[in-house]
Amino acid sequence: MSKSVSKEKSMIIQKEMIAGLLKELGNAKETGKKVVYTFVPGNISELILAFDMLPVYPEINALQSGMRKKSEGFILDAEKLGHSEDVCTYVKCDVGMMINGNIGPSGEKIPAPDLLLLSYTGCFTFMKWFETLKRLYPNVPVALLHTPYQEGHKITPEMTKYMVKQLKEEVIPKMEQVSGNKYDEEKLKKILANSSKVEETIIKIFDTTKNRPSPIDAYFAGVYYIGPINNGFRGTPEAIDYYNELYKEIMDRVHKGLGPITPEGEMEKERFRLVVEGPPNWTHFREFWKLFYDMGAVIVASSYTKVGGVYDMGFRVNPDKPLESLADYCMNCYTNLNLEQRVELLSKCITDYHADGFLVNSIKSCNSFSAGQLMIMQQLELRLEIPVGFIESDLVDPRYFSYANIKNRLESFFQMLEQRKLILD
Amino acid sequence: MKKYFLGIDLGSTTSKAVIINEQDEIIGRGITNTRANYMVATEIARLEAIYNARFSILKMKLDEEIKSKPEFKKYIEDIESVFQYLQFKRRLDKLIVQFDESINSTYESEKKAIIGNFVKTIFNKIGPEIKQEFIFANLGNKNQFFRDIVSERYNKEIVKLGKEYFEPMMLIYDKSITPVENELTEFDFKELIYEALEVLNEKYSYLENTNPEVSNIQFDIEMNILKGNHKQVHESIKEHITFIANMDIHIANMVGTGYGRALLPFPEKSIKSEILCHAFGAHAIFPKTKTVLDIGGQDTKAIQVDSHGLVTSFHMNDRCAAGCGRYLGYIADEFNISLNELGPLASEAKKEVTICSTCTVFAAAEIRELLNVGEERADILAGLHKSIVMRAMSLLARSGGVRNEFTFTGGVARNQAVLKYVTELVRKNYGDDLKINIHTDSIFMGALGGAMFARRSYKD
Repeated sequence: MSKSVSKEKSMIIQKEMIAGLLKELGNAKETGKKVVYTFVPGNISELILAFDMLPVYPEINALQSGMRKKSEGFILDAEKLGHSEDVCTYVKCDVGMMINGNIGPSGEKIPAPDLLLLSYTGCFTFMKWFETLKRLYPNVPVALLHTPYQEGHKITPEMTKYMVKQLKEEVIPKMEQVSGNKYDEEKLKKILANSSKVEETIIKIFDTTKNRPSPIDAYFAGVYYIGPINNGFRGTPEAIDYYNELYKEIMDRVHKGLGPITPEGEMEKERFRLVVEGPPNWTHFREFWKLFYDMGAVIVASSYTKVGGVYDMGFRVNPDKPLESLADYCMNCYTNLNLEQRVELLSKCITDYHADGFLVNSIKSCNSFSAGQLMIMQQLELRLEIPVGFIESDLVDPRYFSYANIKNRLESFFQMLEQRKLILD
Repeated sequence: MKKYFLGIDLGSTTSKAVIINEQDEIIGRGITNTRANYMVATEIARLEAIYNARFSILKMKLDEEIKSKPEFKKYIEDIESVFQYLQFKRRLDKLIVQFDESINSTYESEKKAIIGNFVKTIFNKIGPEIKQEFIFANLGNKNQFFRDIVSERYNKEIVKLGKEYFEPMMLIYDKSITPVENELTEFDFKELIYEALEVLNEKYSYLENTNPEVSNIQFDIEMNILKGNHKQVHESIKEHITFIANMDIHIANMVGTGYGRALLPFPEKSIKSEILCHAFGAHAIFPKTKTVLDIGGQDTKAIQVDSHGLVTSFHMNDRCAAGCGRYLGYIADEFNISLNELGPLASEAKKEVTICSTCTVFAAAEIRELLNVGEERADILAGLHKSIVMRAMSLLARSGGVRNEFTFTGGVARNQAVLKYVTELVRKNYGDDLKINIHTDSIFMGALGGAMFARRSYKD
């Protein structure tokens, strides 16, 4: 492993973008900008931007708190309020943060919401989460956008119509009321045109893992790459610039034949290529990642990086049909796909990116990801005849990260892959 | 020179060692309880496997005699039993010294004298009893470790002393057994085997002068044959004994596995995951194995393998004790019986009492309640055994179910009641046509897999 760790230009740009947004949020009360709390999966950030409002994503705050070792205290405080051990730890971390003054992970106070935009996509907990927020902010209006699950394997015209109706009759009127601005469809179209460009670039970025060595880790670094689109920048010119720069840097690595960058420098020898299903653990993110790169394991695709939008199967926003596009975007997000669709998507990733194995990181408190993972795993094992592995941890509750257990299972998994290579090659 | 290969499985509850020859045949097995000092546990298992290998080689050399003359078989088994006793005795002597030290550092004046006397009396009583059991009743073959053999008898004695001495006598025991277990007792094979022959000579000379009608020793057919001609048998095999005592068992390569594998002083390439080793061992013995269930001391594994013996997936329960061997250990303590008695007692059950608790600790509370309401011990035990197997069934279901053939491994596979429920429930859920494999060496499967990896990765 090379020791030199230099910050890429894209990393600096992203840092500045996020810092800028946090600053804007910090000044929201002074500038009079309205604040919308909403979720990452199926987030209609373009619409929020079209009303000149600022988005806040509770899951991102929770994961940031987890990475900064603040989540445990927040979770314990939420448990004191009566949230049980089994409740999603993003929720408990978020609630704990709010009751402790809503000081965000960066140390800046996060403004209270002016609108709670509940985009419900495949995760039932979202409803309960916002019911809790409604109790914390009783005077804030709630706009509910219900996303129909892709039960029948596809999006029907009726489903799109149902969502557009909700946008027109529920979401847009509430946004107009809160922001004091009228809905401007031309403005939304322009924002969506930017989104569409970013979507193309993102696909190209995650496609670079077809190379050997893969120039990026599509899970551990991938979660950073999707930061801007999942954190309020979808549809912005900044996002276009950021992703263009990132793609340029990655292509430079491809041309030089370089492997992915890790916190300890460049990974020199790629030994295993994996597809990972499920969110990462955030409280021990570095240690978790190290367990992989120390073994020369690179993640060539992951489902979690698709949580804010799935573009692999051909979906792109169409600026000419703005509300229909937002509807289809929501219905296409990963946790809204039925289990067979998830198997198809993961199967495509394993095949397209030449993965040696498939690994599930099952999250104790995340039903929306964990339900069906065993079925997904067995289907892939039978269909593709590849080794599959299963580890367990949690999102942001450090009490459920057992380093020794995870290490033990991963070691077995990597040895499985190695033995297979030795015998079958 | 012949080459041998060693596999060490440093498990959370027991440490196992297996030695195989170049044909993958097991020629040596060693097992001990894992203790705080992993190195000592490993070394004890390894040395035991080497001693065992010498006896195996002796048996191979005398294969024809053993087959045709029962007295040869008996005589060699007897040497092994006495050999095991002599090893035990060396440790026991150390323990007695350690008891003295513990008493001196813990108690003063009168109490010191009283406790000291009690301890002396106990060891004077149990020492010869244990010797008798090793030499005449094959105690060495009962899968009991040093600690179990001593504690079983020591505990029975201290109960007789009266309540006020229970705590101090237990305290002294705890203080003394741990350092002795964590220190390696060196043995010289040659010295021990010749000493064993002398003890055997005494045994049979004694038997010659004993009337079976009035003795409490159970005379079996072989013993009766040996009684008259043990000297001839000894004469005809003594050169072989000298040979195995002097032979060099050349371990050409070794592989370590199990929970403590990272602590073994082996190079990285010689450390293998226990999943792979268990699967490999099971697949080597039963080549049509597709699903392996391994119930060990502190984890349960369900492993799926392909036709090459390569692992395709595995699931582990390493969170909850209620599905593992330790659960049985805990239950045995609750019932105040030894681990080895659990299975036979459970097999006497007339029905299975349903155990609801999914937790080891709470199951103990439930047992007390069930005893209070008049349920029979055997019936409760049957229910407990079934509950472990039910957990294993759930793990198997999570891992994709049972595919044909199914191989059951791990220390718990030695328990006949568990075996009964595994067979019953696997057949009920996955069909009567399924072939279920269980090997007498099931507990050694991980170490065997390790030894097989060692042989395959060996380069001249």
